[in-house]
Amino acid sequence: MPSFEPVIGLEVHAELATLSKMFCGCPVVDSTNAEPNSSVCEICTGMPGTLPVINQRAVEFALRVALALNCDIAETSVFARKNYFYPDLPKGFQISQYEMPLAQNGWLDFETEDGDRRIRIRRVHLEEDTGKLLHREGYSLVDFNRSGVPLLEIVSEPDMHSTEDVKVFATSLRSLLRYLEVSSADMEKGIVRFEANVSLRSKGSQDLGTRTEVKNLNSFRAMVKALEYEIERQGQILMQGGEVQQETVGWDETRGVTVPQRSKEEAHDYRYFPEPDLPPLQIDPAWVDRIRNELPELPGAKRARFVSKYHLTPYAAALLVEERPVADYFEAAVAHDPGTSPTKIANWLTGEYFGLLNLAGVEIDRSKVSPQSFAELVAMVEREDINATSGKVVLEEIFETGGSPIEIVEARGLAQINDPQAIMDLVNQVLGENPKQVEQYFAGKTTISQWLFGQVMRAAGGRANPALVRANLEQALKNLEESCRSGE
Amino acid sequence: MTDLTTLSLLEAADLLRSGDVSSRELTQACLDRIQDTESKIHAFLTLTPDLALKQAEDADQRLTEWRKEGGKPLPHTWGIPVAIKDVLCLEGVPTTCGSKILEGFRPPYTATSVGRLIDAGAVVLGKTNTDEFAMGSSTENSAFGPTYNPWDLSRVPGGSSGGSAASVASNMCYAALGTDTGGSVRQPASFCGVTGLKSSYGRVSRYGLIAYGSSLDTVGALAHSAADLLPIFHAIAGHDPLDSTSMPDPVPAVDLDGTDLAGLRIGVPKEYFIEGMQHEVEIAVQEAVRVLETLGAVACEISLPHTDLALPVYYIIAPAEASANLARYDAVRYGPRLEAEDLREQYFATRGGLFGQEVKRRIMLGTYALSAGYYDAYYGQAQKVRTLIKGDFEAAFKDVDLIACPVAPTTAFRLGEHSEDPLSMYLEDVFTLPANLAGVPGIAFPVGFDSDHLPIGMQLNAPHLGEAVLFQAASAYQEVTSWHKERPSL
Repeated sequence: MPSFEPVIGLEVHAELATLSKMFCGCPVVDSTNAEPNSSVCEICTGMPGTLPVINQRAVEFALRVALALNCDIAETSVFARKNYFYPDLPKGFQISQYEMPLAQNGWLDFETEDGDRRIRIRRVHLEEDTGKLLHREGYSLVDFNRSGVPLLEIVSEPDMHSTEDVKVFATSLRSLLRYLEVSSADMEKGIVRFEANVSLRSKGSQDLGTRTEVKNLNSFRAMVKALEYEIERQGQILMQGGEVQQETVGWDETRGVTVPQRSKEEAHDYRYFPEPDLPPLQIDPAWVDRIRNELPELPGAKRARFVSKYHLTPYAAALLVEERPVADYFEAAVAHDPGTSPTKIANWLTGEYFGLLNLAGVEIDRSKVSPQSFAELVAMVEREDINATSGKVVLEEIFETGGSPIEIVEARGLAQINDPQAIMDLVNQVLGENPKQVEQYFAGKTTISQWLFGQVMRAAGGRANPALVRANLEQALKNLEESCRSGE
Repeated sequence: MTDLTTLSLLEAADLLRSGDVSSRELTQACLDRIQDTESKIHAFLTLTPDLALKQAEDADQRLTEWRKEGGKPLPHTWGIPVAIKDVLCLEGVPTTCGSKILEGFRPPYTATSVGRLIDAGAVVLGKTNTDEFAMGSSTENSAFGPTYNPWDLSRVPGGSSGGSAASVASNMCYAALGTDTGGSVRQPASFCGVTGLKSSYGRVSRYGLIAYGSSLDTVGALAHSAADLLPIFHAIAGHDPLDSTSMPDPVPAVDLDGTDLAGLRIGVPKEYFIEGMQHEVEIAVQEAVRVLETLGAVACEISLPHTDLALPVYYIIAPAEASANLARYDAVRYGPRLEAEDLREQYFATRGGLFGQEVKRRIMLGTYALSAGYYDAYYGQAQKVRTLIKGDFEAAFKDVDLIACPVAPTTAFRLGEHSEDPLSMYLEDVFTLPANLAGVPGIAFPVGFDSDHLPIGMQLNAPHLGEAVLFQAASAYQEVTSWHKERPSL
């Protein structure tokens, strides 16, 4: 049986979070919940005689992304008209870039479970988004709020060979867009949209097979499922000696299948030509340098720094850097209390704290727990002022109320019992109250010591230092055993 | 009192300043003149008498204040009744481009050129007839019927700004805005015996000009003389942040005192005197050049070697751009809709039913020229040749300050004369297209009459943004001649 390797490239569209639209002054609004047609003017609705004017901020945002993707920036790029008829496209053409895009030949590096990856970026260009159709019974309505919103198109080379590659590329790119503060990159709201082209080839071959374009990928989950399906479907065809048809397919989420949308023959002829209403876009190299110098530390570099500076595992570092506010929070917490192990802070952050955030659906920069409080909490656990169980209780409380962990520990008497005598008294009390279990222990059922440990912790109201309890319990049992032996 | 409508714009402006006449009187005189002659001419698609009288009153009020208080002089356009070609948007006023597909459309915005003219005190009488979407050379392609030449009602006024040219020629207004994509101001000016300015590409904002060929479209104006045109030009020209192709360069003041053209070098391109052109046109243009020489100009023969390629290049580039520019008329947002089974059929019904023949012909030409597999051979090649044509002008302007040539090979032709043969109609623009392809300005003005007493025009072209020298030369010529003072009897 021949073994196939998938070859996958992505085409990504990201709405840019500029204040105004690409070619007019209308505010960019959340088109998923704004009043329809509330942010429109004669320009973004394609009224006769109107003309586009380039939003320089959108160009700057695009340059940030292009530079972060290591692209060559074109000193001169050209806007072009992409012609087709559809009611959500008010001019009958979309202003895009075609032959001379803003940037080309870049790459994005990231790590997957299978190792390091470098996916080449073919091009990055600017265009305008379309409006949206709202289909009703027997008629359709058009909402032009989204019409003319700046859209960044990022096209990768077909360098991905698994759905894992695609998933990590997509999340890395999303993370990058957010770091650069150019897009919310929200996939569910359609702010960022992915289309994939997929083909199969014999493992080891360098040829490219016939590809299909997969559309309607509305979530990361849908993207992975659609690609798994499409890879399987193409594999079946090839295995049976058939030929894959070059076509566009759409992912049907409910049925879990890809459905043919448009064959190669039915493909549009977009009749691209240079947009005569816009002179070529000239990019001043000094401007590019300025933007390059002002780029924030990007996720890849931050991850590497977290590993070397804080001695985190690459895995923990990757978890922390995916969202910039999380990474910032981590560093603020570490900076507040340099005595506390960054690894401990990272563990508490990605463990208990992430759990609480996810459960509550709260973003970390909106959390009531300040990085300082969080660092204090982890420090208290590390110093054994409180034990881990109490730490979780305190975190939950400050997550709800936003108070100071020290005050809560005091108020609720959660301070850890670290006095060896007090602990030994508790141990002796438990052993005295449970002669039967002690007997079983001496009869060889040593696992009963775990139960006894639990009893001591309970007697201490959960506040006893667990290590001390364990040590004292061990000692007490040993002492008992010896006294029994000597008594014989 | 003399008929106010026979005054020149500057004469009317002087009377307004002195208080001898009010804008309201001028406006009413124009409206009366329109009332009397419009049934013969059909220069207008929409009249705006209420707006005009309101603007006239406002202008008069300001004039009264100015006379009382003095201060900065008002522009010569202040209180002057004008007409606007119906491809330029005026807020709330029907704007049709001479097409059924825009019937009933009232733009919620005003073209920059129109807005600036109104800001300069002009009074808008109405919107003038045009070939549909400015595609044509006779105004016969208007969906609302042709305009007739005031000099001979059986003849066309030229086009596409035929309504504007005819309205000025028949004394309905003192000036009119037009647009020129391939000769659409200069050729009707020539046919109607008025003076028409095609501005440099980028000199006057295209914002609110309903696009035909975006890289060629320019806003211009028509009046009885170059001197009358100058205040209009100064009102409308200059950078507009709403038009990314408008030039940031300041618009120079122009001094029209005197007729001394000493040292002015004028090139006469040999390629513009072709086989088959009307002999009287050739003679009149040569005579006009001699007049300029008597004023001190030095004329010489020059060559614009790629002139014969202008026509084919234009008829690829303009339709290509038009095919995209006119895609927005899809009956979704404005304009009439011919309902049909589904979206596709609705497109076919509306666009097929409401665009005229010539518009559909150019959309198809342009769509074809941009199609996959043909782009390089047509659009790509046309752009290369356009660069050569531009190069012809640049080379010529190293040696001369102005180029003088005929506007059209003939005087006004009869209605229907070219209707059956689009190519023969296209040939009418053979002398005007090159300036649009090169982006340079041009001015057309009357230099004589043929044996049928039809006006003959000459055009001068200057380097890009060189309107000042056009005004100086044309105005000097008009100082010593009187062709521009002739009026048709109606």
